[in-house]
Amino acid sequence: MTAMTAPDKRDNAPILSVRDLKVHFPIPGKGPFAKDRPLKAVDGVNFDLFPGETLGVVGESGCGKSTLGRAILQLIAPSGGQVAWLGKDIVGIPHRDMQPLRRDLQIIFQDPLASLNPRMTIGEIIAEPLVTHKPELGKDEIKTRVKRMMARVGLLPQMINRYPHEFSGGQCQRIGIARAMILEPKLIVCDEPVSALDVSIQAQIVNLLQELQREFDLSLIFISHDLSIVRHICHRIMVLYLGNVMELADRDSIYAAPRHPYTKALISAVPIPDPEIERNKERIVLTGDLPSPLSPPSGCVFRTRCPFAQEKCATDVPTIDRVSETQEVACHFHDSI
Amino acid sequence: MMNKSEKTALLQSAGATKEIEGRSLWRDARIRLFRNKAAVGSMIILGIITLLAIIAPLLSPYAYDQIDWGYIQEGPNWENGHIFGTDGNGRDLFVRVLYGARVSLAVGLLATAVSLIIGVTYGAIAGYFGGKIDSIMMRFVDVLYSLPFMFFVIMLMVVFGRNIFLIFVALGAVEWLTMARIVRGQTLSLRRREFIEAAHATGVSNFKIIFRHVIPNVLGPVIVYMTLTIPQVILTESFLSFLGLGVQEPLTSWGVLISEGAKVIEASTWMLIYPAVFLALTLFCFNFIGDGLRDALDPKDR
Repeated sequence: MTAMTAPDKRDNAPILSVRDLKVHFPIPGKGPFAKDRPLKAVDGVNFDLFPGETLGVVGESGCGKSTLGRAILQLIAPSGGQVAWLGKDIVGIPHRDMQPLRRDLQIIFQDPLASLNPRMTIGEIIAEPLVTHKPELGKDEIKTRVKRMMARVGLLPQMINRYPHEFSGGQCQRIGIARAMILEPKLIVCDEPVSALDVSIQAQIVNLLQELQREFDLSLIFISHDLSIVRHICHRIMVLYLGNVMELADRDSIYAAPRHPYTKALISAVPIPDPEIERNKERIVLTGDLPSPLSPPSGCVFRTRCPFAQEKCATDVPTIDRVSETQEVACHFHDSI
Repeated sequence: MMNKSEKTALLQSAGATKEIEGRSLWRDARIRLFRNKAAVGSMIILGIITLLAIIAPLLSPYAYDQIDWGYIQEGPNWENGHIFGTDGNGRDLFVRVLYGARVSLAVGLLATAVSLIIGVTYGAIAGYFGGKIDSIMMRFVDVLYSLPFMFFVIMLMVVFGRNIFLIFVALGAVEWLTMARIVRGQTLSLRRREFIEAAHATGVSNFKIIFRHVIPNVLGPVIVYMTLTIPQVILTESFLSFLGLGVQEPLTSWGVLISEGAKVIEASTWMLIYPAVFLALTLFCFNFIGDGLRDALDPKDR
């Protein structure tokens, strides 16, 4: 494991600023005259991302992690808020203006095989961004670049004419990474890139991402539900619950001193590879299920499962408080619990 | 993880080493298809019929519209060269069956090609864009579906006169509807797949996504349906000709020949049997090839 030093933020302007981002999907109401009800998949998310930084996004299934990632890339149209890329808002800009920006914004998917077109050779797959954004390049030049990138992500370049089904899951994910990296983008959204892989392969892919990040000064948004991997790769971590930010802090503070009860519960659930400590550690077990995002609880969305919930939580929506220079938390009682 | 020296070795070998050819899904399908005896046999028989149709004029001393006054409605006879006999006008049936094959196969292939091009493009666009575009496009298909086919053909004939190209148009215009529905259904299930989303994220245009990512992946069911459309079209053309709406004399098709043969079934059976055997054989072959292709393209479905 390599020691990670967070890039110095004060020197740089954020490359990505997300302000009050909302994604609401209209769900048709029952009955002929019922109005559509909004499903609030992402409901008012704020954060900044700096060059060379990795932001982890964690939360349960269905909390809006993937939707957030896709809304940032404008693959799903946000219903409100701003996504400022290099200082310029890209929400709702015309298709034509968005296309040139896409060379800097890439995505890696969870299911490595499903993200590759089964009818194309991997050479064609990796070359597609090049062909799209740099049509002036000749065939030989494209082939050379593809081979160089294949070697860079740990694939044998002579495999260029093979098809996706001839590769293992880990190799397919490397192909996905090569496709995302071929244009040397500035930001890659990694949507659970390792959760479909074996543990040994996970480590290889995560290390590869870290190497590429250092080499190309990449920013990563790393969506995951695996807190150990997030801890390994991320500089800052954002905890989502029902489309709302619960806590946003840098890695060391959030693992050493989580302030939000939900973060505490998540972190206490991470297994420790030592039976002595594991047996004696205190676990906060949450009861109940994630409430339906169609009818989220009033006030604080987490209150229905929060062991510390009080009356105020049902009426007032908590604001995001800055508790230290590196830590923000959305809880009324973060001082007392 | 690889160490540094391995990686540099890899980098240096880039381009130097011979590229390994991959096995595409198409090639896998081809191998499976050629293992299917019924399909291979059908392809051979179809090939022979097609070849005979192409070189028909070379095989017999008689032309398809030439009347042999000495042998009117005579049975098969090897000695005078009328190996399938002659029809009521003394024309050689062997040559006429082969010329009929030309028309029937051409109608089958061309009308299917027309339906393929229109149907695949239309269905892929409707399915890919979805929403309102999809609704409008598919309702239009439903409206066309509800038009009675015979009425449509008769109207075309009345307005434009009898013409072989009109048959292509009429058949193609009807057959593409089902093709469009099949392709649309397949596209709907494809467009949420991650590789389509990856293409979106890269900034590939919708047009290119449809032609590069969607259509190659829906081609499997389309090809199978195509091999089933060809016999259907041949049969429909035969039906139209049987009713007298098809090709014009002296040109002929299997449908016309069967219709003529059916009238004299008691007096001269050969006039019905030979064209009927050719038609049935062709239909069987296309169906066997369709079956073989279905098994080859979607091995999970067997």
